[in-house]
Amino acid sequence: MKQLLRRILAESVQLNVRADALSDDADLYAAGLESIATVHLMLAIEEHFDVEIPDALLTRQLFSSIDSMADAIAWLQQQKVTT
Amino acid sequence: MNPQLAREAARRVARIAAEHASAVDRDARFPAEAIDALRRERLLSALVPAGFGGAGLTLTDVASICEILAHGCASTAMIYAMHQSQAACVIAHGGESAWQRGFVERMASAQLLLASATSEDTTGGSLRTSGCAVQCSDGRFRIEKVAPTISYGAHADSILVTARRASDAPPSDQVLIVALRDQLALEPLGHWDALGMRGTCSSGFRLVASGDAAQILPAPFGDIANRTMQPVSHTLWAAVWTGIAADALQRASAHFRAQSVARPNAVSPAGSRLVRATELLQMMKARVSAALAAAQAAQAADYGGGATALPLSAQMGFTADMNTLKTGISSAALQVVHEAMLICGISGYRNGGRYSIGRHLRDLYSAPLMINNDRIGQNTASLLLAQRPSVSIEA
Repeated sequence: MKQLLRRILAESVQLNVRADALSDDADLYAAGLESIATVHLMLAIEEHFDVEIPDALLTRQLFSSIDSMADAIAWLQQQKVTT
Repeated sequence: MNPQLAREAARRVARIAAEHASAVDRDARFPAEAIDALRRERLLSALVPAGFGGAGLTLTDVASICEILAHGCASTAMIYAMHQSQAACVIAHGGESAWQRGFVERMASAQLLLASATSEDTTGGSLRTSGCAVQCSDGRFRIEKVAPTISYGAHADSILVTARRASDAPPSDQVLIVALRDQLALEPLGHWDALGMRGTCSSGFRLVASGDAAQILPAPFGDIANRTMQPVSHTLWAAVWTGIAADALQRASAHFRAQSVARPNAVSPAGSRLVRATELLQMMKARVSAALAAAQAAQAADYGGGATALPLSAQMGFTADMNTLKTGISSAALQVVHEAMLICGISGYRNGGRYSIGRHLRDLYSAPLMINNDRIGQNTASLLLAQRPSVSIEA
């Protein structure tokens, strides 16, 4: 999942750091992630992982690192299975 | 000063501004008489809280001052609106810094006029990126910037400058620096000779400033821009444009009335235009009111400390709302003036006289361009992608 997230990062947003050089807990905002770019990130995640991110989860913190996005996606996928 | 007294003061200033508006436009000179009058009436510190010696007015009150001033002289009104956008940033984001608090007091006691240096030759009009970087050492800062436009830069008492936080920071990691007149060296780059808004004297400068590191606002510029600079500037600009359009429509109405009196039995073909322009202006005013309410609500939520917890979609919704306010009102204002011009005919086209509308049209042409509507539209479209349907009815 984290590799796919890296690929999404590389394809859908512009950062100052190469996506494959990012650690899982690297601060993406410090790497140059801008608020408008998070929209494209959100759309790509929803598309690739077949989830819908609810407003309550859609915070600045969500996009702050690969770890944080992976946790949220795993949780959303889990929710889908159990409901 | 209560809002009622402030509006009366604004009308006095607008009369002075109107007297000099033609000369300001013809000579592309700073509206010194009107700005002096704003100082005398203590309107430059309208947003400064009473505890700091200001009038403590709300954004809505200040918007109505902008609209009144725009009836007299668009350049004066725009300078006032730009000044207040800068003032709001220091007031809201100076934090507990002793230097910044002292500066806010001085804004009121000395009626300081604040300008802004955000554009840069390397990054163009993109507010949220900087090329130049601030250098800090031993508690001092130094900044050097080539800015293609600093409106009324040569006449300001202080200039707020954006820059990268450090020489190794990315272009989006910006700070906002409050530089004082006596700490600034400004080398003019060309002179301001434009289609309209000629009194804003928005020429380019090479700016060099140095001073106390405490003059750098503690908050990241991204936050300042999202929470204060963008909402305040877009609402106040919108108020200025509405005022210019309203003045043009007043002239058109007066012309229509004079025609109707002169030929009581003939219904002027301009009647339907007058109605259409009035409809548009009413919608503009309602839109500006709604945006002011939204901006004040967001500001109140910010002071409650809720901003970081606010869902991203709500934050983006607010930014998109402030964007469509700017693009929508700037276009609608031009449309109103276009109708007004057709109503007045040759009397509107001619320079001078009570029905002349040429200056309004020229001044308003700046509206879609100051931060280009096309660029804003592109960002807004991205922001709208994050919006969920507000009503979802599944059939």
